[in-house]
Amino acid sequence: MEIPSELETQINEVIAHYPVSKRSATLPLLHLLQEYFGYISEETIVWVAEKLGLGPINVLEVVTFYPMFHQEPVGKTHIRVCRTLSCAMAGGYDLLKTFCKHAQIGNEEGRHGHILKSMDGKYSIEFVECLASCGSGPVCMINDDFYEVVTQEKVPQLLEKYR
Amino acid sequence: MGSIVRTPHPREKRVIFKNIDRPGWTNDIDCYFNNGGYEDLKKALQMKPEEIVNEVKISGLRGRGGAGFGCGLKWSFIKPGGTKPTYLICNADESEPGTFKDRYIIHQDPHQLIEGMIISCFAVNARLAYIYIRGEFPEGAKILERALAEAKAYGFLGKNILASGFDLKIYVHRGAGAYICGEETGLIESLEGKRPYPRIKPPYFPAVLGLYMSPTIVNNVETLCNVKHIVRIGGTEYAKTGKPNNTGTRILCVSGDVQKPGYYEFEVGSITMGELINDICGGLKPGRKLKAVIPGGSSAKVLRAGERYKLKTKQADGTVVENEIGLEDIPMDFDSLTAVGSMAGSGGVIVMDDSRDMVWVLNNINEFYAHESCGQCTPCREGALWMKKMTDRMMLGGGLEKDTDTLKSVADNIAGRTICAFGEACSWPTQSFVEKFRDEFTVTAAKSGTGSPSTDPQQ
Repeated sequence: MEIPSELETQINEVIAHYPVSKRSATLPLLHLLQEYFGYISEETIVWVAEKLGLGPINVLEVVTFYPMFHQEPVGKTHIRVCRTLSCAMAGGYDLLKTFCKHAQIGNEEGRHGHILKSMDGKYSIEFVECLASCGSGPVCMINDDFYEVVTQEKVPQLLEKYR
Repeated sequence: MGSIVRTPHPREKRVIFKNIDRPGWTNDIDCYFNNGGYEDLKKALQMKPEEIVNEVKISGLRGRGGAGFGCGLKWSFIKPGGTKPTYLICNADESEPGTFKDRYIIHQDPHQLIEGMIISCFAVNARLAYIYIRGEFPEGAKILERALAEAKAYGFLGKNILASGFDLKIYVHRGAGAYICGEETGLIESLEGKRPYPRIKPPYFPAVLGLYMSPTIVNNVETLCNVKHIVRIGGTEYAKTGKPNNTGTRILCVSGDVQKPGYYEFEVGSITMGELINDICGGLKPGRKLKAVIPGGSSAKVLRAGERYKLKTKQADGTVVENEIGLEDIPMDFDSLTAVGSMAGSGGVIVMDDSRDMVWVLNNINEFYAHESCGQCTPCREGALWMKKMTDRMMLGGGLEKDTDTLKSVADNIAGRTICAFGEACSWPTQSFVEKFRDEFTVTAAKSGTGSPSTDPQQ
């Protein structure tokens, strides 16, 4: 596994934020590495464990617990639609279906922890829980960008931005 | 940001949200300086730390994250002169469904939070602090990092802050999508790089055995912002806003079936539920009637339209008067919402009109808690999923007649039997929905056998 020197410098800086225990840097390191590689591989887990002086299991159990870490690549454009009450009342379930239709993701129902992908691997989508913008639902995130009041008509235009 | 931008309602009193959506306001330090930024920190550094703790106590400030615990009292659990260092953590995990206030403070007014944090760290003598921000706020984390760098460049962070002899470092720490990290001991475990399994109290009260087994203060974003205003005007003056034991202002986040959902800041208890829904939020959609309200985030017990409550109020002469009131008459403060059997919680008000199916609503809530249970305690791990499976099969037409009673029985056996308050958080919705809308549940459950047999799509 090749870690570019810039990234390693960034990683070392982050570790310094935790003078009491390097283990605290587990989540930040996983974020940085997932951002770079697109997902968390077994190799990444072992690398993080060695870097922080932990057993691989200590890192694996973190990766498997937190919904934002993926052990498989997601699409180039990853969509997260809020599933929780206020967004659901505002049409969140239909929004997920509309995204699926326009991104050619198939017609399955969205489930947590179940990432749906388009055949070409360009798009992936999942339901996530409350994104803390309940007054402007339905909301979603596309990669790191946040969108609110996402009516179904806005979907094609939004996807166009991430082609 | 900004689809719900509107000028503040005349009945609002904007203190914490003063700069949110303000024309010409930007989130950089120059704009903050032009509006008196960091003056309260300068004042605080002239005070003794224990004086600040005392002012916060006098102010009556109660935590804005959900539990409503006295902030000054929490701080006073830190004993001066201990051998271990003290840490402070800002809980920016904002994840209680229905709540969306910290998001705007972080994105639009980060320096208000940082100034409040520096003052709070000085008060409890914390030299290292973290902002635990939920993973789904990547932009918020960047904004905070930039703001911290700006504050450091001006000497408000780092060594010997403004020649006071006080040193402080603050770092941003991102979560990764788990609701349980909003629970303070779960948050601490997460910050230690582990699964966020909450710790049992006693002995793990954060003020005694918190981060790295050292005394730790965990405060919500809005709470820490309040500290800066308490330093500016003094605890006595602050306590004059709101009501006794319910002081200051509070941001209420309204979502669901109202014409104008959004965030509104009021003096605590200065408006009623009815005024909030009808006057501030423009009422319900045309032709709709109010059916139910969840007043303090999705774990708060639901209130049904038409219910009557007995509310005791203390008069100026000390006598207690009992009044019978309806849902619309409930004053939006901590004590009144507790008195009517629910809670002010995190300030997230979710309004439902008569078009809503209560089984569908509870099923949505149950799915949230089934997904977010950390799995550490058996009653919660099994019970939350069981409740979700039951409401799910009711929705699919494969429910059993006894499901209504079983639901209540499962919920009753979770609350009080878990390490953390998630047990209550996941059972209160089921207990209250089933109790208050029993007919709907019975009717739905009786459709048993008319639809497809129960399946659990998650298994």
